[in-house]
Amino acid sequence: MISQSSPDRLTHLQRLESESIHILREVVAECERPVMLYSIGKDSAVMLHLACKAFFPAAPPFPLLHVDTTWKFQAMYEMRDRMAKAAGMDLLVHINPEGLARGINPITHGSQLHTDVMKTQGLRQALDKYGFDAALGGARRDEEKSRAKERVFSFRSAAHRWDPKNQRPELWSLYNARKLRGESIRVFPLSNWTELDIWQYIHAESIPIVPLYLAAERPVVERGGALVMVDDERLPLAEGERPQLRRIRFRTLGCYPLTGAIESDADTVPAVIREMLLARTSERQGRLIDHDGAASMEQKKQEGYF
Amino acid sequence: MSTSTPHPIPGADRSEADFEAYLRGLERKDLLRFITCGSVDDGKSSLIGRLLYESQLIYEDQLASLEADSRKVGTRGAEIDFALLVDGLAAEREQGITIDVAYRFFSTERRKFIVADTPGHEQYTRNMVTGASTADLAVILIDARKGVLTQTRRHSYIASLLGIRKVVLAVNKMDLVGYDQATFQAIVREYREFGARIGLTDIVAIPVSAVVGDNVIERSAATPWYSGPALLRQLEDVEIDSAGPARPFRMPVQWVNRPHQDFRGYAGQVASGTVRPGDRVRVLPSGRESTVQRVVSADGDLSQADAGQSVTLVLATEVDVSRGDVLCACDAPLEVASQFEATVVWMHEEPLLQGRQYLLKAGTRTVSATIAPVKYKVNVNTLDDVPAERLELNDIGVCELEFDRPIAFAPYAENRTLGGFILIDRLTNNTVGAGLLHFALRRSQNIHWQALDVDRNVRAAQKTQRGCVLWLTGLSGAGKSTIANLVDKRLVAAGRHTYVLDGDNVRHGLNKDLGFTAQDRVENIRRVAEVAKLMADAGLITLVSFISPFRSERRMARELMLPGEFLEVYVDTPLAVAEARDPKGLYRKARRGELSNFTGIDSPYEAPENAEIRIDTTRLSSEQAAELIVETLDRAGLLTPRVVATP
Repeated sequence: MISQSSPDRLTHLQRLESESIHILREVVAECERPVMLYSIGKDSAVMLHLACKAFFPAAPPFPLLHVDTTWKFQAMYEMRDRMAKAAGMDLLVHINPEGLARGINPITHGSQLHTDVMKTQGLRQALDKYGFDAALGGARRDEEKSRAKERVFSFRSAAHRWDPKNQRPELWSLYNARKLRGESIRVFPLSNWTELDIWQYIHAESIPIVPLYLAAERPVVERGGALVMVDDERLPLAEGERPQLRRIRFRTLGCYPLTGAIESDADTVPAVIREMLLARTSERQGRLIDHDGAASMEQKKQEGYF
Repeated sequence: MSTSTPHPIPGADRSEADFEAYLRGLERKDLLRFITCGSVDDGKSSLIGRLLYESQLIYEDQLASLEADSRKVGTRGAEIDFALLVDGLAAEREQGITIDVAYRFFSTERRKFIVADTPGHEQYTRNMVTGASTADLAVILIDARKGVLTQTRRHSYIASLLGIRKVVLAVNKMDLVGYDQATFQAIVREYREFGARIGLTDIVAIPVSAVVGDNVIERSAATPWYSGPALLRQLEDVEIDSAGPARPFRMPVQWVNRPHQDFRGYAGQVASGTVRPGDRVRVLPSGRESTVQRVVSADGDLSQADAGQSVTLVLATEVDVSRGDVLCACDAPLEVASQFEATVVWMHEEPLLQGRQYLLKAGTRTVSATIAPVKYKVNVNTLDDVPAERLELNDIGVCELEFDRPIAFAPYAENRTLGGFILIDRLTNNTVGAGLLHFALRRSQNIHWQALDVDRNVRAAQKTQRGCVLWLTGLSGAGKSTIANLVDKRLVAAGRHTYVLDGDNVRHGLNKDLGFTAQDRVENIRRVAEVAKLMADAGLITLVSFISPFRSERRMARELMLPGEFLEVYVDTPLAVAEARDPKGLYRKARRGELSNFTGIDSPYEAPENAEIRIDTTRLSSEQAAELIVETLDRAGLLTPRVVATP
């Protein structure tokens, strides 16, 4: 449990926690069919933990949705099923059926197409299929420049588009969740958290995370300066390319062929935080999709990427 | 310019046991939220970029992309343009201005900071208000070469209005005035004079250069005459107003938690004070009382909860509590009222219309609010009150507000959560304004309702019918008046007592002072709705035949009447058909540009979504339509008297 600095003042983690809980409850109070997007990463872990706290002793009154690309690390799938069960929540898994039929994968089609079809299109399909009017996501404003300007309650047109120049003013903790039929809202309860806050909170609250965040010996190949983990037999190896066992961990988790590992000895949460305080590269660097262009995330978001 | 390696973070190189302790320490940091504001090009983004850079919050890959961006669109030649770190949206980078609120985060060993970087352009004042609403402190930037400008005054006034009491005045670009002490002092003197007039007295002034880095992180040798703290030190040291446990307990109820029969908890975020098991609480506006039995959290029951904490309370007795109610200390309850004087900041391109109903969200309660007169708006440069009838985008005005039901509130100056509100357009659902409640109006308490012995039921019974309103809406030329006339004739022939309020006729008398602007159309309908209400009260079957193009006003009319005594009749004629008929030649005039604000041509018609009766005039004749309406009236029981005991 997080500690308090003095009887009359909340710590930064307490303030962030209370704010996030307030946001989660507003969504449930004002929206008809909310859903929580669960991507299994550390931010999702914190968001799920906060949801359990917000509605205790009830289970969070919405399902979890995983938009699956079929290329996540195996350890992530195990974690996903375990956590949904522990939280007492329904778990919906959506895989873009057209993408699956076309055999879209990150290896032959590249990260851009794979992400667009399996994540962006897949997410839109899932939201339409179930008729969700509010989707909770674990994005943080410190992750990327265009996110820094996005509202906590971020409005989407019926076509799932985000219009960054026409966002509703958001004052105090008064969130406007009203929308017309067909329109929806993406809600980001972790907007004001930083990567460091997330790790501190995981440590303080002993929140379970995918073991891949902690260093261990794992088989990897080195490609274009990035360490790619050989998580299953689907990763084609070049001639003469041999997986090597290295002591690695991940700062961020996505599709395994698209996620770069770092060499590390940090095998506990405090060790990860310690390493992070010394880190010289930001966490999204491990994610290849941001590097398509300076404004690429903004463009993806306008098109409906989370 | 310094591009040396940022300061290493202490603690990272400690032994493992030491580090654990250090971590626990880090977890006890507090949080300061501040806003940076000032005029265009005062260097706000550069200052924040500098703070992020120096407090090691920029990583190598971000620095690499920053260097690439700086060469491409930067304004600083080969040097790093820190503003590019903060100006996130593609449009902003191209235009070189900040057009939205950007939230940035950094932390030192002592504090976590959340910075709202807000734009200087006047047209984005709403974003400045947004940023200020959650800030504990404002950093006001001034360009040393330009001094105190209009925007400086406007932003300082907004900061003060939104309850910020602590200001850091950063006089920037000191390098461009040769670090001249006299220049600095003159600016500070002028600003302090202005600040005092708007209630800003807690001001710390610092001479800085965001680009060079003087007095940002460390005291600079370039200003030996300055003995105060560097900016970052001041931000670390400044006392944050603790939410004040001494203040009485208040908590708006957000959600009722009822997982099973044996548990009923009231979830919310404590807005002020402290709550403990055993405390007596009052539920407002109902006024019922109970005792707090448990303060529930997922980590086990708490012995107390303080302002800012999100908790779940269980009460000892069963009382009726729902979302929107406020729980508060029994010995210091909140005031409950439905009419207020408030400051409104208008945030939308479409102006605020007097008399129009908006949704108003305050705390966890959403009500319907009408803007009664705008009293005046504030000229933020002179701080003078200017008479005004409406508020345009970025105007700040003082208005009277009337809610459709009473709410528990606190003046904004006492509590931001219980005194702040947003206004939402009922049709577009946009957030169109924000405001601060100041005090409840006593007006409604002084004008008493005169109770009359002969009431509406008696009047209706005497006519062996029920008073009601039939509201015919549709395009000009749709056939509303023709149908209303036929219905009227049938009813009168059957011995009923009726009256027809016709749009054109009423505009010859009661509403002859009104034109066809959106504002006047709202008032036109408000007056007719009130007249219709009086007639229904008198027991008459009242037919209203008005274009009444806006849903908001038709809803307002509906809400004036008793449930079941308002029937909306949508006379549905396609525009092309109405235009082809053009009985009064008005469409032709409008098409020629001789008539402006004509519904369907250059002014919108918002079709009803849930009209009680819809008449498709392409399929039904006027006679058939009239018959349908009379049948519906009969089926709704409006042609038979309510059973009442006569006095």
